[in-house]
Amino acid sequence: MSALSTIQVVPTPLVHYVVRRADDALILGHRLSEWTGKAPILEEEMALANMALDLIGQARSLYSYAGAVEGAGHDEDDFAYLRRERDYRNLLLVERPNGDFAHTILRQFFYAAYADPYWRAMMQSADATLAAIAAKAEKEMAYHLRHSAEWVLRLGDGTAESHRRVADALAELWPFTGEMFLADAEEQALIGEGIAIDPAGLRATWDATVGEILQAAMLEVPKGGFMQQGGRQGRHSEHFGHLLTELQYIQRLVPGASW
Amino acid sequence: MSDSPRQRAWAAAASVCDPEIPVLSIADLGVLRDVQVTDDAVEVTITPTYSGCPAMNMIGLEVETALLRAGFAKAAVRTVLSPAWTTDWMTEEGREKLRAYGIAPPAGPAGRRALFGQDVVACPRCGARNTERIAEFGSTSCKALWRCNACREPFDYFKCH
Repeated sequence: MSALSTIQVVPTPLVHYVVRRADDALILGHRLSEWTGKAPILEEEMALANMALDLIGQARSLYSYAGAVEGAGHDEDDFAYLRRERDYRNLLLVERPNGDFAHTILRQFFYAAYADPYWRAMMQSADATLAAIAAKAEKEMAYHLRHSAEWVLRLGDGTAESHRRVADALAELWPFTGEMFLADAEEQALIGEGIAIDPAGLRATWDATVGEILQAAMLEVPKGGFMQQGGRQGRHSEHFGHLLTELQYIQRLVPGASW
Repeated sequence: MSDSPRQRAWAAAASVCDPEIPVLSIADLGVLRDVQVTDDAVEVTITPTYSGCPAMNMIGLEVETALLRAGFAKAAVRTVLSPAWTTDWMTEEGREKLRAYGIAPPAGPAGRRALFGQDVVACPRCGARNTERIAEFGSTSCKALWRCNACREPFDYFKCH
């Protein structure tokens, strides 16, 4: 292993597609893992770590598959640890800092309300491996959706303080929700082949889930507005570099280190 | 009368227990999917319960060890994702062992849950159905934490999945 290795991802549409989804799962899983040891209550300590584990597990399956499609000898760890910032293609939503508990829960709710129907639809993918990964992920995301939605209700319809915090989180995170429903030309081709599904088709389901829960939580449902994007092209927020510094720390310090 | 190599290999692999739930073998759990023997080499297929289940690596290692101990020279473990494992794969015997160990087995068949649907779970100690959930997530990916309102004992519940 060279002193400072960085892998170049083989640029095929399928590899790009799989890596994007793997990056969503890895980065959100990493964010949740940052709570370990400092969650507000013991039950949430368990919940956040469990959800992180599900997501990192999904990322492992997806990276392994991307490596198999590439055929360039990259394994799951190479993808996770040995790429440069611009080569990560996750949604900007999942790299948002944890903030307070309300921020973390609302981010989880927004992502799960998308990922639950996304993976369910992907169970019909013409790609057998993606369909198999989807069948596991959709069950896990349904659980994340239920758990985070219950907390959004509790916080929004709780005390004045909890309401204020989740309302702040809503204002801050909302502009990052539009990116989930975009598909570029490369992805459109995969959609045409039945390998991917059109994320625009998930919009109505997401709107309904989010609208119902926000309303019940006494929160105002935002109407459209400016939507930020760039993660899918590798244009990240400032926060992402800090996240990678920690995520890749050991591999950069002791290249090739293994357990 | 001697068993076939495949039967012996299956028995060896099936002797491995879930490290988190030591009363359940991987066969009870439905994680052991297939065993194939060619000459002196064995290939065992297992499937994960949850994408991120950290027990899978250990289970794979223990299966290899069990096969080597049973006299097979070469053992390989393959992980498959499809068809996806569900709690329906757990044997009746496995469910009974869970209950006896103090973990409530999955209530009913796996299936899609309503967003706020709630399972009815019988207490594994006193059998009462007057129970309530304390936390959605428990000590492992596959369990939630519940409490019995009749005997007041908290207990783990193996979630429907």
